[in-house]
Amino acid sequence: MAIRERLSGNEAVAMALKQIDLDVMAAYPITPSTEVPQYFSQFVADGKAGTEFVAVESEHSAMSACIAAVACGGRAATATSACGLALMWELLYVASGTRLPVTLAVINRSLSAPININNDHSDSMGARDSGWIQLYSENNQEAYDNQIMSIRIAEHKDVMLPVMVCQDGFITSHAIENIELLEDEAVTKFIGEYAPDWSLLAGNPVSVGPLDTPQFYFEHAYQRARAMAGSKKVILDVFKEFGELTGRKYELFEQYRMEDAERAIIILNSSAGTARCVCDELRDRGEKVGIIKLRVFRPFPMEELAEALSHVKAVAVMDKADSFSAIGGPVFTDVRSACYDLEKRPHLINYIYGLGGRDVRLEDIRLVYNALSEVVEAGKPGEIYRHVGVRGV
Amino acid sequence: MSNIVEIRWHGRGGQGAKTASLLLADAAFNTGKYVQGFPEYGPERMGAPITAFNRISDKRSYLHCNIYEPDYVVVVDATLLTAVDVTGGLKKDGAILINSSKSPEELRPLLAGYEGEVYTVDAGKISEEELGRNFPNTPMLGAVVKVSGLIPEDQFVKDMEHSMHHKFANKTSVIEGNMKALRRSMQEVKGL
Repeated sequence: MAIRERLSGNEAVAMALKQIDLDVMAAYPITPSTEVPQYFSQFVADGKAGTEFVAVESEHSAMSACIAAVACGGRAATATSACGLALMWELLYVASGTRLPVTLAVINRSLSAPININNDHSDSMGARDSGWIQLYSENNQEAYDNQIMSIRIAEHKDVMLPVMVCQDGFITSHAIENIELLEDEAVTKFIGEYAPDWSLLAGNPVSVGPLDTPQFYFEHAYQRARAMAGSKKVILDVFKEFGELTGRKYELFEQYRMEDAERAIIILNSSAGTARCVCDELRDRGEKVGIIKLRVFRPFPMEELAEALSHVKAVAVMDKADSFSAIGGPVFTDVRSACYDLEKRPHLINYIYGLGGRDVRLEDIRLVYNALSEVVEAGKPGEIYRHVGVRGV
Repeated sequence: MSNIVEIRWHGRGGQGAKTASLLLADAAFNTGKYVQGFPEYGPERMGAPITAFNRISDKRSYLHCNIYEPDYVVVVDATLLTAVDVTGGLKKDGAILINSSKSPEELRPLLAGYEGEVYTVDAGKISEEELGRNFPNTPMLGAVVKVSGLIPEDQFVKDMEHSMHHKFANKTSVIEGNMKALRRSMQEVKGL
């Protein structure tokens, strides 16, 4: 029986981690993710979670402690945002390179400077090449569901990679919305036991993290890359099983009204919902528009996206992070690359939007769909690297 | 989207406008509605103007933007009337509710020509008399439920009592005062 509740995104994640019954949480507070360890430590203090809560002195230590706990055969997770994720950087690669299924809740926030506590995706997008699987969440429900599913994905024998579950800071992390929770027992049953092939506490002594000389490093890097590529199948299997349990069906990306769409927006996290409302409004007027909402960004669903875009005339890829490459944001460059082998490629433009918590309004999305109409009419994309919602543009 | 009721709260940091919006979300949730309750975050200083929002609907709302054309505006601090465009985008067939000892007629000239309904309630006075301190958010919450008719009043009062016992489990002394403040504000709101 599903439990009807109303929780903020942060409460939803803390609840998922409690139901997962972590062995260890190590965390250091940073806005807007602070509430996750705050609520969780309350569960621990109240005896509702049998977790060892480690109040560390930095995010670098938080990730180090999680890595150590998972290397010992435990389940460990942490939560962070923005500069906290930046401080974890070195250890992100250690977690994935050591093939340890750590899980992490990223409550997306802009990176300094100028200092800003509000939402964009520059933190997790910067970590997109660190060997972590990345799942994105439109709202509290998806953050909760993704957090639970992330355990099964990370710990699968064919994967053994860490997973970060991202949601938008404040916009969903601090917004109370309706949510359906699973019973504790259903979560326990779904995630099963963590039974790694090796661990520091198992009978057979092993070393973790020794020097990898040129004779071996490349092979290990190759294996990590293969694991990432192979994780797609596992992710889909886990999504399917979760769908059978909850009725909530997830794919690598959600296609919304894409059947006969001529213009499409590709977007992830909270603004996908706002975009959906504009899409409905335009569809009511007979316009052939659709949305692709990415759930899985790493591994990148290249073939699937190319297929989904093969009949579309013009696509706007929305990036809530700028990569300062001067050619567009991170989602854009990957989507553009995915379309390269298509016989009939859609026109592709990129919009940087919502940086530093700039509110993403209905009219911003309308503007993007309008721009796509102009691209279709002109038969060429024009400027491909664009910004919406910023003054002076 | 016409079946979504949108509410915008204006207050000052420390007055509990954010908490009030979350409590309203709770109360509406308890009647089976879909809810959103979220604040706009900035520098969180005591006394700085803050905004919080509610969406209440029969189906889940997927919107994740601020509210620009609210059905209701709640002003927790009347000094904001001359500092912030509180009626900006407020629907003509909506209403504004202001925490003030003044009457709606007295305040209307400060509302930039707003033509819709205006209500006032002296939440500061009610709070000081019932709680001994100026915490206007509970009486404002009661008044907005009264004015909007969003939630059946009896059920609202019952639910609030329940959630206050939950929220103030370690501080039960404040529950009675809050409940009195809530009931009084529902009776004393002017402009009905």
